[in-house]
Amino acid sequence: MAARIEPIAGRYVHLTLGGRPCRVYFEEAGRGIPLLCLHTAGSDGRQFRHLMNDAAVTDHFRVIAFDLPWHGKSTPPIGWENEEYRLTTAAYVEAVMTFSRALGLDRPVVMGCSMGGRIVLELAASHGRELGAVIGLEAADHQTPWYDTEWLHRPDVHGGEVCAALVSGLVGAPAPEEHRWETLWGYMQSGPGVFKGDLYFYRVDSDFRDRVAGIDTRACPVHLLTGSYDFSCTPEDTLRTAAKINGAEAQIMDGLGHFPMCEDPERFREYILPVLDKIRAARA
Amino acid sequence: MIDRLPGLVNGDEALVRRGRFLTCDFLVEVGDVAYHVSVEQGRIASVTLGPALMRPWRFAIRATDEAWREFWQPVPRAGYHDLFALTRFGRARIEGDLQPLMANLRYIKDVLAAPRRLARSA
Repeated sequence: MAARIEPIAGRYVHLTLGGRPCRVYFEEAGRGIPLLCLHTAGSDGRQFRHLMNDAAVTDHFRVIAFDLPWHGKSTPPIGWENEEYRLTTAAYVEAVMTFSRALGLDRPVVMGCSMGGRIVLELAASHGRELGAVIGLEAADHQTPWYDTEWLHRPDVHGGEVCAALVSGLVGAPAPEEHRWETLWGYMQSGPGVFKGDLYFYRVDSDFRDRVAGIDTRACPVHLLTGSYDFSCTPEDTLRTAAKINGAEAQIMDGLGHFPMCEDPERFREYILPVLDKIRAARA
Repeated sequence: MIDRLPGLVNGDEALVRRGRFLTCDFLVEVGDVAYHVSVEQGRIASVTLGPALMRPWRFAIRATDEAWREFWQPVPRAGYHDLFALTRFGRARIEGDLQPLMANLRYIKDVLAAPRRLARSA
């Protein structure tokens, strides 16, 4: 019997971000409406591998996930060894829009999780007319910090171990062990200080509480889905955010945590497929 | 539950290996009851019911009876399923020198969650 080869293909694209050349890795599968996926802080695009292997998605969507510079298989920019990585709202928006334009994506649906869910709110506000819709997973306009990020990057604590151990509780309690540990493996593999640098955006540079009311959901529909076990972006954070966006749709996903697409892909399907169907119907 | 830790942890080879670089004493409070947990190279050397006068510890984890009871359910409900979920919602406090805790966080979390196995096998 022939070995199973997945339909996912990976390539590199060269972009200029922040005035510097960046070699950016992305994976994709499927045909149809572009579905641009944004990984969580301190991890990479592998989180979306289950969606890319799901024919119910890829029969209708071209699913694309890129690794932000410093993450996954995207290299950090030249000179990284002498700087502290800090993601900002401006840099994140630039990365997403530059990538989307470089690939020539026509009004992509942008789906991000956690910090990716945060930035889709800003993308909807500032670039909504270029997008088909946004889906925020574990998304809110602001959250209360629940630990000190100084622990994430220091010589007397192993960065990979502590990043994974901190976020381990954000995985929903019912998640299958296989997927729970693969999700955490992504955190263990993150480069030194990268998770902390992402959290600069998430904690310091992205308070969108005064921003989200300006989103025009007629131009860019907004769908928010948050897991019941997420105590970082809580269901209340998401519902509060949705209530401020006229026309936004929000749903709480029972039994899921902060990484729905990779911690429990089967359970996540039940929630995401109807949203994708709705987006597809509206676009037809 | 905390008094069952030596049996639960020391018989778990992978867990002991994970904690092999940790030797320290920490305090766990279950409501008003304090337990001094002594770890030696990943093994639980002793659990001593407090109060133990003038006995030092590196860090303390304090939570209500109710919080621990929910935490130790086989599949705990949301908000009670993780040490930081407990602290996030004000149901637990972590105090003292956090370095040995953070450097061995997965180990400590797994030790604290070990009593869940009792409920699973009951």
